[in-house]
Amino acid sequence: MTGFIIKGLVRDRSRSLFPFLTVAIGVALVVFLDAYLRGTEDSVFDTTARLVTGHLMVTTRAQAQEGEAGSLETALFGVKGLKAELKSRHPDIIWTERIRFSGILDVPDSLGVTRAQVPITGLAVDLTPGSVEHQLLQLEKALVRGRIPEESREILLSEELCQRLGISPGARLTLISMTAEGGMAIADFTLAGTVRFGVTALDRSMVIGKLEGVQEALGLEDGASEIVGFFTDGVYDDRRAGQIAREYNAGLSRIEDEFAPMMRSLREASDLGSLIDIVSGATGLITLIFIVAMAVVLWNAGLMGSLRRYGEIGIRLALGESKPALYLSLLAEAFFIGLVGSVAGTLVGLVPAYYLQKVGLNIGGMMKNTTVVISEVLRARIAPASFFVGFLPGLMATFLGRAISGLGIFRRSTARLAKEFSE
Amino acid sequence: MSTILALLLFFTGELPNGDTLLVRIDENIFVRSRMVVASMRITGRRGMRTVRIRSYSRGDSAFVEYLAPERERGTKMLKLGRDLWIYTPESDRTIRISGHMLRQSVAGSDLSYEDMMEEPRLSQIYSAVTTGSDSIDSRPVWVLELNARKPDVAYPKRRIWVDRERLIVLKEERFSKSGKPLKRAEVLETKWIDSRWLATRVVFRDLLKTGAGTEFVIEEMHQDISIPPALFTKASLRR
Repeated sequence: MTGFIIKGLVRDRSRSLFPFLTVAIGVALVVFLDAYLRGTEDSVFDTTARLVTGHLMVTTRAQAQEGEAGSLETALFGVKGLKAELKSRHPDIIWTERIRFSGILDVPDSLGVTRAQVPITGLAVDLTPGSVEHQLLQLEKALVRGRIPEESREILLSEELCQRLGISPGARLTLISMTAEGGMAIADFTLAGTVRFGVTALDRSMVIGKLEGVQEALGLEDGASEIVGFFTDGVYDDRRAGQIAREYNAGLSRIEDEFAPMMRSLREASDLGSLIDIVSGATGLITLIFIVAMAVVLWNAGLMGSLRRYGEIGIRLALGESKPALYLSLLAEAFFIGLVGSVAGTLVGLVPAYYLQKVGLNIGGMMKNTTVVISEVLRARIAPASFFVGFLPGLMATFLGRAISGLGIFRRSTARLAKEFSE
Repeated sequence: MSTILALLLFFTGELPNGDTLLVRIDENIFVRSRMVVASMRITGRRGMRTVRIRSYSRGDSAFVEYLAPERERGTKMLKLGRDLWIYTPESDRTIRISGHMLRQSVAGSDLSYEDMMEEPRLSQIYSAVTTGSDSIDSRPVWVLELNARKPDVAYPKRRIWVDRERLIVLKEERFSKSGKPLKRAEVLETKWIDSRWLATRVVFRDLLKTGAGTEFVIEEMHQDISIPPALFTKASLRR
């Protein structure tokens, strides 16, 4: 019977081609969109984690409350001890401290008189050889001119900003900022190199300095804006991060001090919680829409097929084939069409997804004025689930479509068959 | 004379002309030159710190030198008209403060560079209307509403409480164009110095910041003294 059905589908393409194409295209779309959403999610989380929040972030409660508007007045102190404690509690997480600062960068002329001033945002990180920050910030990859800072008072500046200011590595620059106490901090730095991250918001005005140099300049000895933690496998696990943060904060709940440490997951620290939920729900929603839309299309195709096969079905009924058996054979046909269409659609959907995963699509030109910390290159990610995500919907849609359209068989009256044939 | 004028107005029930009153307040405060040693007690979220300064002023020029704390000692500021320069021994550079940097806090206090840059005579920037009378610490005061005559001022609106007899401002509120309160100053102590009443202890509050404010205390003051003109030059910053 199976062989008979498959032969029928192969030899009579009019009964299989349209449903096959419909399923294949639909499945290809689901597979591609799933991989694309996964890639976008990864890109947003990865960029945000590496450059902003880490997978886990420890700040003072005051800093957590004030968000990005927080100043160094709410910085963490006693960072060495705090980091050692975090390392001993969670040895499987990489912990590193960072200082986030802002201010004015003053560019002097040859006589030391102000030639230009620009507002900057700064990030001070541990740049000692072997530090995890080299890997996290991918500084070697981002370096355009010069070298990575070696001395404490050396900095990296965005290539775009350097070109605007007309400065090159070796230039003397003065940072005007605020200390943790609120006092004015004025300190000289030397430009060691220029960087381009491919993240427009950062490439506009980013300064990267060595932790110890910025600590000294801003009066933050053993202080930092935050300690960030990264899971060693590099993949953000929202549930695990939330659990660790809750346990950590529960241990400090009795302390009533706005400068006490507080841990937040990437979800909480970056306000990406809603995005995580949307992305998680999006694949399910796309699949549901696909099933409904395809089922309607295939139902319609089935009805058209039933009209075309009106005679064939009538003869089979007249020959004594029972209605349920006939209905089941139509469902079996749908199963095979769905199976083949889903396999083909999955393969077709994976091709552009693989291209985006490996090569990516640069949309930097569209993001010139954006302030969102997101990569300029769109990417997809093929996960094991990508091979199955379109499969079930593909089968279900063909099944549903054929199941509804095939119900017409039960309305055929065998008593009228002879009359129909004579006509 | 001031006392007689105040009494006359009190008994007649009339409010004095605001613009005239403002000119008289300026005349009371304004001197040819002044040297002040003062301390700013800045109460922030992390505690209190004290910054000591010595300042020389003449007309619309001023020279300020930080005496303490150690980290800021030797930092100097020079104001010439509408220009402001800052010098720090650490970088050995003279940096011009301009644009939105003028809105930054001075040494973490509740005062901004813009506050320091202000034209000392209020009557030259504001038109005033006397809106009522009140009392502060049992001193009778006039309440004046000030509106800027020019658009490019730090505070388009102000409200001041002026001691009727001594003609000094005992309380002040500064507002944005939309009427949002930005700063508040309250005089805690006044002294009779060189034949005039002057505020010697004032608490400034930046109403957009948390913290208990900045207490500005005048420790030493000399008025109408001779100041060498060379002090009000950029070259003096490096000396």
